[in-house]
Amino acid sequence: MGQQMVLTRSEVAKLAALARIELSDDELDDMATQLDIILASVASVGEVAAQDIPPTSHAVPLVNVMREDVVSWTPNAEGVLAGAPVVEDGRFRVPRILDDDEEA
Amino acid sequence: MSELIRTDASELGQLIASGQASSVEVTRAHFERIAQVDDDVHAFLALTEDAALAQAARVDERIAAGEKLGPLAGVPIAVKDLLCYTQAPTTASSRILEGWVPPYNSTVVNRLIDAGLVILGKTNLDEFAMGSSTETSAYGPTHNPWDLSRIPGGSGGGSAAALAAFMAPLAIGTDTGGSIRQPAAVTGTVGVKPTYGGVSRYGIIAMASSLDQCGPDARNVLDAALLHEVIAGYDPRDSTSINVPVPGVVEAARRADVKGLRIGVVKELGGEGYAPGVEKRVGEAIDALVAAGAELVEVSCPHFEQALAAYYLIMPAEVSSNLARYDGMRYGLRAGDDGTNSVENVMRLTRGKGFGTEAKRRIILGTYALSAGYYDAFYGSAQKMRTLIARDFAAAFEVCDVLVSPATPTTAFKIGEKVDDPLAMYKSDLCTIPANLAGIAAGSVPCGLADEDGLPVGFQVMAPALADDRIYLVAAALEHALEAKWGAPLWSRIPELSVSDKTSDKGDK
Amino acid sequence: MSDELMDYDEVLKRYEPVLGLEVHVELSTASKMWCGCPTTFGSEPNTHVCPVCLGLPGSLPVVNRKAVEAAIRIGLSLNCDIAKWCRFARKNYFYPDMPKDYQVSQYDEPLCFEGHVEVEVGGVAYDIPIERVHMEEDAGKLTHVGGLGRIQGADYSLLDYNRAGVPLMEIVTKTIHGTGTAAPQVARDYMEFLRDMVRALGVSHGRMERGNLRCDVNVSLMPIGSTELGIRSETKNVNSLKSVETTVRYEIMRQGAILSAGGRVKQETRHWNEAGFTSPGRSKETAEDYRYFPEPDLVPVAPDPAWVEELRASLPEHPSKRRARLQQTWGVTEREFGDVLAVEGALDLIAATVDAGCAPAAARKWWLTELARQANDLNVPLEDVNITPAQVAEVQALVDSGSLNDKLARAVIEGVLAGEGSPAEVVASRGLAVVSDTGALSAAVDAAIAANPDVAAKIRDGKVAAAGALIGDVMKAMRGQADAAAVRALIMEKLS
Repeated sequence: MGQQMVLTRSEVAKLAALARIELSDDELDDMATQLDIILASVASVGEVAAQDIPPTSHAVPLVNVMREDVVSWTPNAEGVLAGAPVVEDGRFRVPRILDDDEEA
Repeated sequence: MSELIRTDASELGQLIASGQASSVEVTRAHFERIAQVDDDVHAFLALTEDAALAQAARVDERIAAGEKLGPLAGVPIAVKDLLCYTQAPTTASSRILEGWVPPYNSTVVNRLIDAGLVILGKTNLDEFAMGSSTETSAYGPTHNPWDLSRIPGGSGGGSAAALAAFMAPLAIGTDTGGSIRQPAAVTGTVGVKPTYGGVSRYGIIAMASSLDQCGPDARNVLDAALLHEVIAGYDPRDSTSINVPVPGVVEAARRADVKGLRIGVVKELGGEGYAPGVEKRVGEAIDALVAAGAELVEVSCPHFEQALAAYYLIMPAEVSSNLARYDGMRYGLRAGDDGTNSVENVMRLTRGKGFGTEAKRRIILGTYALSAGYYDAFYGSAQKMRTLIARDFAAAFEVCDVLVSPATPTTAFKIGEKVDDPLAMYKSDLCTIPANLAGIAAGSVPCGLADEDGLPVGFQVMAPALADDRIYLVAAALEHALEAKWGAPLWSRIPELSVSDKTSDKGDK
Repeated sequence: MSDELMDYDEVLKRYEPVLGLEVHVELSTASKMWCGCPTTFGSEPNTHVCPVCLGLPGSLPVVNRKAVEAAIRIGLSLNCDIAKWCRFARKNYFYPDMPKDYQVSQYDEPLCFEGHVEVEVGGVAYDIPIERVHMEEDAGKLTHVGGLGRIQGADYSLLDYNRAGVPLMEIVTKTIHGTGTAAPQVARDYMEFLRDMVRALGVSHGRMERGNLRCDVNVSLMPIGSTELGIRSETKNVNSLKSVETTVRYEIMRQGAILSAGGRVKQETRHWNEAGFTSPGRSKETAEDYRYFPEPDLVPVAPDPAWVEELRASLPEHPSKRRARLQQTWGVTEREFGDVLAVEGALDLIAATVDAGCAPAAARKWWLTELARQANDLNVPLEDVNITPAQVAEVQALVDSGSLNDKLARAVIEGVLAGEGSPAEVVASRGLAVVSDTGALSAAVDAAIAANPDVAAKIRDGKVAAAGALIGDVMKAMRGQADAAAVRALIMEKLS
């Protein structure tokens, strides 16, 4: 391509870390190239959309959809834990939060 | 071959209601068909034969007891594997959810069961509905029954292929950027994306929440309308669900009258990049509608050219957040938990292993679009573009009642053809994306086969929010006109699939 | 603790402390923020959960109206403007206690904004500017296994999501200037004000020791005369009034030592330690990028102005006004009222007891002596003592009617605390009523007079004070179950 990359390999690596996705070196290379092409093709959005246009976050303009404060639930502790990778003592067991060399 | 599998859903409903056929018999016929052809098509990821036969038997009992049930009671249906259903794993075609059995049903699944429909199984899709070919499924691609070397569209290729291969008379799809309409177009079936908020999203695995909408797939317009009526309507569990009566879609499909209806042709959805065979059939379809009494209006929606770009910022942004929960802590795959890795590493390894390339690509793209310093240029601007596209629609609907266009720029491409070219793949959704961005209703109905390859072409009808009935009105009028011309439905030209002699492979898919 | 500290007064001769307080209030709604699961405290792990608060694939949130109402009422109490239209936003970060790996919160469109409140310290009023009040959800609870149960050195952790999705309100101040040496007390009193306010509003249990109210304390110093803000530290999850005060004081002394030695305060998150100091938290190389964006699964909140006005009109009395009113109606001195305020929870309990018909003096006496002692012995907050204000009032009514004397009343309370039932039930089962049989009493008095002729003679001579000895004998004979006043009257009658 010879063009200046919008998104470099190291930036993609940082984004992958932020998104908690392990990528192999090959994946990183491919990803950087493809994301760069995609970003180049979508960058035009920023040029067209003028400042005074209100952004749309919701397709349909509803407001104030609320429920009453009423307890309605079915105790289903076993069903809840059935899909868990590891369970101990009625709780979801997860790996240690900190790495060995980390301080809290 | 049993004729039951080629019978319209509306007629099957009547046969079952009048006792001329039992739901169990109809259901068995479809499982038999699945056993015969799905090795080649690969539309289903899981079959729920026991539950289905029990549901069918229950409908038969109720009818025998003289109960008056809905028009689709006892009719089998295939459900996209994005909807939670307690009787089968719900995987979103991802390794990260392999084997996960949800502890609850989606609202749509509950409505199907309540209406007496019989759920045959879960259909294949692109991983987390991200794709236009069903090739990103972690469980292998689905093949187009019109030509097994071609894609059935995506993400809902499994549902569309199940219809085109006569493995189900009805199916459920979801559409974020065209995942109902594009597969319908390339398989010669009917698919409608209702108005955003028309059908509950509760219990449907989210891809991009502000764009996702569930809708009906069928082989004809009336069947789609009947199914639409079953699944649509207010759900207090979905805050974005609209609390108004469901538009009269069935009545519209039956009326099929476009006299005096103003039909707008979107100038921007055509020309370069559109296959000649597609443009030709779409042009003829417009002529047929005019011949049936519709008025033609040409309209311009200048910002549609930016729709794809806006979509590929908004959608990945929401994807990056919606797919964060697949972290290996509470359900699904967990990788690298060897006692030494920290929670952060286990999350990273799990997601690295559990997600396919396209999912990773969109998550990273979305992470970028939302990150500090880029938000305004990317996500913020895309949301403004969304406003401009909605305004284009609003202006167009001032001068016409519906908008029409091709549903896809081309017919079905070859499996593998675009796998390594994401941008080319993304362009499959050029015509369908604007409707999702604006939240309006849109559907695809077959309008013939392209001259150059003999593959189906889809005709897209778009209607204002909450005017979903107009889709059915126009689609049914076109269907009547074209079938009169052809002398038979388009699906009658689907080539015969080779039939394996397997009788049943229940539950082991 | 290894920090260098500088003398508090010395620091404040050279630096001006600047505070910022972020308080999380856990609401006491019946159901969670987005789903119908109960918010009850202390249940079996992972029983108060559903697909929504577990963030299962496909689940969707629906806003609890009561939580929105609570947020508006808090905002109005803090003199905030209420947004005409605002949205929820997703705060994206990975942490296993967040089931969706994002927290639904509010970002640049809080429901309430631009408020202020006054707190008074030593007769001086300090204005606390409020930046915002916004709505969000609580996270699950992590328990660390191995490594002494601390996060450091733990082998693994266990997750209970019962708390996940409980409604949280975050109340954020702007930077608070001009507090000078009163900074720690201002921070404490502000926190106390918030606690009293949320209780008066009835929107939260306001129990700091249970984490219903948690404060993130931001402290920085700037040289006196300077206008440029210093670098701040943020001490997370400080959970008692006393600790808020100590944290501010400690950080002032710590940062003062660093700055006066020519050092630079590190911008960091710190932890509060019960031993009375703060310590550095996990330091991240880069600031967390939360990638906020509008929550697509929830629609905007646009409170009807009429609703807001209705809520404004029904706000309870301001806590400081209420205190002034109670002090006046109870007829107590500043110092006596100070004794009430010094005991956590006593004010509300005494007020409730008075409301149940008890005289203010008696209500104060019971809660500040007998019951405070009990709480102390059991090491629980006063409000957890096993007796209700209505029961205290019932006991006092029996005293007032002469059915119980002071000693018997204490025994009745002891019985209630021991779980023997209501005051009436304890009186019945322990047989604790004052003997009102005048025949028996009269006989006991006669016996006492006969046994103490000298004392009787003194009383006949007008030395009334001597009656105490006879009363004591009578009470002993009656096993305490006599009304002392009645005994005295009888003695006087017989010896006049």
